[in-house]
Amino acid sequence: MTIVTEKPHAEKVSVKNLKFFYGDSLALKGINLPLYENIVTAFIGPSGCGKSTLLRVLNRMYDLYPKQRAEGEILLDGENVLSPKQDLNLLRAKIGMVFQKPTPFPMSIYDNIAFGVRLYESLSKSELNDRVESALRRAALWEEVKDKLHASGLSLSGGQQQRLCIARTVAVKPEVILLDEPCSALDPISTAKIEELIDELKRDYTIAIVTHSMQQAARVSQYTAFMYLGDLIEFDDTSKIFTAPHDKRTQDYITGRFG
Amino acid sequence: MPEHIVSSFDEDLDELRTRIVEMGGVSEKMLADSTLALVKRDSALAQSVIAADARLDGLQRDIEELAVLTIARRQPMAVDLRELISVIRVAADLERIGDLAKNTSKRVVAISGETQPQKLVIGVQHMSDLVQAQLKDVLDAYVQRDDAQALDVWQRDDRIDALYTSIFRELLTYMMEDPRNITSCTHLLFLAKNIERIGDHTTNIAETVHYLATGVTLSVDRPKGDTSSFTKAPADPSS
Repeated sequence: MTIVTEKPHAEKVSVKNLKFFYGDSLALKGINLPLYENIVTAFIGPSGCGKSTLLRVLNRMYDLYPKQRAEGEILLDGENVLSPKQDLNLLRAKIGMVFQKPTPFPMSIYDNIAFGVRLYESLSKSELNDRVESALRRAALWEEVKDKLHASGLSLSGGQQQRLCIARTVAVKPEVILLDEPCSALDPISTAKIEELIDELKRDYTIAIVTHSMQQAARVSQYTAFMYLGDLIEFDDTSKIFTAPHDKRTQDYITGRFG
Repeated sequence: MPEHIVSSFDEDLDELRTRIVEMGGVSEKMLADSTLALVKRDSALAQSVIAADARLDGLQRDIEELAVLTIARRQPMAVDLRELISVIRVAADLERIGDLAKNTSKRVVAISGETQPQKLVIGVQHMSDLVQAQLKDVLDAYVQRDDAQALDVWQRDDRIDALYTSIFRELLTYMMEDPRNITSCTHLLFLAKNIERIGDHTTNIAETVHYLATGVTLSVDRPKGDTSSFTKAPADPSS
């Protein structure tokens, strides 16, 4: 756990009075929150509190579904992501997402990574090779797969598949990375590798992670947001949240006294 | 505070709280008995204090083991984490208090055949009374997680320090007056120092209670009344 002492951080993303509806039901009740540049922000809270919803709103995943809508503002470098004029492909290249279950495409390891890159950029063969290699290296997967780049992505273990998904996200050079319970299906060794990776990645990216593991939130993040029933209850330094939280509901949740 | 969803976690914490209370009781009695043994010149009582220390050591080992196991098993957060850290700290302070009471009792046995200046024995007794009150109050504050009471104990320690300094000066004078006093006065000096140190441990516990209750470490300097480190022998009375 890093203790945050340096200068105030630049606000990469600003969530302002964000409300979100699934049909008629209100899932986020007016959230205000910053995501700081080169900082890992963890979202914790019981199931149904809205933390995954918030992540899905950040890169407008919800646009795929009818009857879901958001109100308020999400500013990415000052630009409102929720604006109808927002180019969604461009947005999702800037804000990458990794899901709970590894979701490799049914294609080779190489193409899993090259696929997204080809959508946004036209690179020469050698440039593309370099990009694939550097993405796999960043995801700490290169050494394990360099001799079988043309094997199917599905032939990898769960932990490797998840790192492949992170490599795929990193390859298109995003600015923000959203991780939705990235380790929930992984063993402790793979989890440790992903956490090590998150530490690495935060040097270049702004990271938001949803996790059900309190210990993981404490280990990987510098700021933590506790959400409950669609409200943001507490947002503070991670070191503060896990040693002396301000709100009683936060305390009850993280110490296992809820309900 | 509401109970944990996992009730065996509460059982572990309850077990630790019970053991701390037990350690507190044993250490309070050791301090009281060692002082009584001094005042009454009761070597048998002093021996019983020396024997009681093993029980305190055993309790501390049990507490430490259970606390470490609980941390490994439950990965506690926030107030639970603070409580487990506090339990380990307080157990260590109480164990030291036992050691100091034991050492005091050994000195009581050593000087039982010597002449003892009654005025100083009463001074030490008075100091011990203050420390016993401190110890009782801080243990209550710990059980109740009463930050205000803990801070009160923390601030009161300077009176004990001041008393120790005056006993220190007087013992020096006695020793200069008659070298035959040196054996008993030296023992009394260490004995008084032991009791003063027990007072210091009560302030450590007070600091732990503050941390437990608020999550914040006390950062200001405690008021200090002990100037004996700078005290010199008075000018030779015969000159």
